[in-house]
Amino acid sequence: MSNYNLKEMMNKPERLAPGHRMCAGCGATIGVRAVLRALHEGDYAVIGNATGCLEVSSFMYPYTAWEDSYIHNAFENAGATLSGVETAYRALKKRGKLPEDVTYKFITFGGDGGTYDIGFQSLSGAMERGHDMVYVCYDNGAYMNTGIQRSSATPMYADTTTTPVGSKSNGKMQNRKDLASIIADHDVPYVAQTTFTSDFKDLHRKAEKAIYTEGACFLNIMTPCPRGWRYETSDIMKICKLAVDTCYWPMFEVDHGKWTLTYEPKKKLPIEDFLREQGRFKHLFKKGNEDLLEQFQKEVDRRWEDLQFKCSRA
Amino acid sequence: MAKRDRMSGNEAVAYAIRQINPDVMPAFPITPSTEIPQMVSTYIANGEVDTEFIPVESEHSAMSAAIGAEAAGARTLTATSSAGLALMWEELLLAASNRMPLALALVNRTLSGPININCDHTDGMGARDTGWIQIYSENNQEAYDNFVQAYPIAENKNVHLPIMICQDGFITSHAVENIELLEDAAVKAFVGEYEPEEFLLNPGKPIAVGPYSVSNYAMEARKNQELALENAKEVILQVAAEYEKISGRKYGLFEAYKTEDADYIMLIMGSAAGTAKQAVDDLRAQGKKVGVLKLRVFRPFPAKEIAEALKNCKAVAIMDRCESYNGNGAALGSEVSAALFRNKVMISAVNYIYGLAGRDFTVTDVYRIFDELEQAELNGTEVEQYQYVGLRK
Repeated sequence: MSNYNLKEMMNKPERLAPGHRMCAGCGATIGVRAVLRALHEGDYAVIGNATGCLEVSSFMYPYTAWEDSYIHNAFENAGATLSGVETAYRALKKRGKLPEDVTYKFITFGGDGGTYDIGFQSLSGAMERGHDMVYVCYDNGAYMNTGIQRSSATPMYADTTTTPVGSKSNGKMQNRKDLASIIADHDVPYVAQTTFTSDFKDLHRKAEKAIYTEGACFLNIMTPCPRGWRYETSDIMKICKLAVDTCYWPMFEVDHGKWTLTYEPKKKLPIEDFLREQGRFKHLFKKGNEDLLEQFQKEVDRRWEDLQFKCSRA
Repeated sequence: MAKRDRMSGNEAVAYAIRQINPDVMPAFPITPSTEIPQMVSTYIANGEVDTEFIPVESEHSAMSAAIGAEAAGARTLTATSSAGLALMWEELLLAASNRMPLALALVNRTLSGPININCDHTDGMGARDTGWIQIYSENNQEAYDNFVQAYPIAENKNVHLPIMICQDGFITSHAVENIELLEDAAVKAFVGEYEPEEFLLNPGKPIAVGPYSVSNYAMEARKNQELALENAKEVILQVAAEYEKISGRKYGLFEAYKTEDADYIMLIMGSAAGTAKQAVDDLRAQGKKVGVLKLRVFRPFPAKEIAEALKNCKAVAIMDRCESYNGNGAALGSEVSAALFRNKVMISAVNYIYGLAGRDFTVTDVYRIFDELEQAELNGTEVEQYQYVGLRK
């Protein structure tokens, strides 16, 4: 990566135009713009998109916010659809039907519903086949587009509309799926997990690496959702900082099998600091629910230790 | 110079694919269409074509990848059967509504359950409202000829719709018969280069595919799609006329076999038309005025033309190789009846369900059906208007 300067980066022409219909304080578009900034100027791109908030809000006929060629097909098949586009690129290049000096990059975006759950098979297939593409999951931890239903990315105890908190329920009963690890186990060249930091350098560097590493690459970006998480829209950066400093959302990469932590908090904060900011975990702070917080902390610690172990291997 | 050979229906379609040399083929194996991607993979392995094959992990992904490739500007196809087509269903709708002129070789097989691998038209009929052009073949020769005509129909600017070329599983796909094949160069010239107007990989001219559409626009999009399907009828006939020039073989929306003066006509689709024609020849030798209307183009449905072709007969046996579970007949039974009624052709129309899940359909069955129609006309015998052929009691 060339010398990174946020101010210069922000002066690059936007590839997702303003005027789309996403919510104020939504993490998805922040994530998309950050990924697209990593595209080198002069390189063309085809953007794929699973059905979700991002799609229905950014490409409403007859308007599109996408400056690049863009394809939305359905909810569960962003991986397969972009694999078709990428294969067409190779076929047309081979047959001399595209100019020699033209380079296209292939990036697809899906929410955690379209990625962890309904689109999991399609994603797995595309990764295993090794298409030269990047699949970016904007993970906001629930099916936000349909109204905040739980997904396999939803953290334990979250209050969602299909895991509502009630007199006999403490919210979601299961831990979240660790998708970045699962995709890393596909033996693809590059997998990374990240979120928003004050200078966006971690995300930028990983996006650039994913886009410019040959083969199937995967990025998992935590993109908070103010509606589903119930936080003040202006607090998004604070929430992201707490997610990484509590080690709820570790930032790491797996580059050709080598696991590396890309950020280690100087002082690991207690998980309460992350949870307290969000309405979906309000019930955990009621008297008598201390054991739930303890359980949550235990799971965060277990996963953090496991990740540290993976990263310690030569 | 045409070349004579012997091959199965699957081989014939794979042979046509080799001659066309499409850009991209995503496919997932399913009996009885599996041989088609296998044969194409072998052509690729031996350098006979340079098509990019995508070994997808499901038929849903096959159609999804096909849509991606076609949208990108590549000539694309896939092949499937039965549950594979059912799994694609959502994507079949998207291929048509996104106006992707891709081709699908459908080798007709029944759907579960009970699970069964043999032929009927449940798969194709299940996709009848997805917006695809559907052409049915009687034998390997027709499967080949129809496939060579597929892209010129689908890619026509007034059409721009996906096309399904159907043949009967095992009966046609696996049975080896004589066939007349065109020279490679003749096929290449006939099909031509794919030159899409708008596509994803068009540097400097980006496009966006697959919008959300509010009610203000969605209805017009549907109607435009419907008009394109109507346009396909004329284009199918134009392409058939061009094809006749290079092959000497004539194709229409249907084949009218000895129907001119027929009192009783059997309307049928697919390989069983061959059986029906044999029975008609036998009955004609006995002086019976019978004929066969073999439907080739099921979508767009040639309602007016069918009514016109049937208007002078006394009764028609509408043969369905599927069940619709509507309690009132099956696909062709409903659509042909509606066509007759709307065009004020008030003849007897009995809907027969035959050959489900590979059940044999023989000339004897055809004799019995014609006899039943005749007895009803001459002696006023009651005929069950919707009945199964050869059902075990």
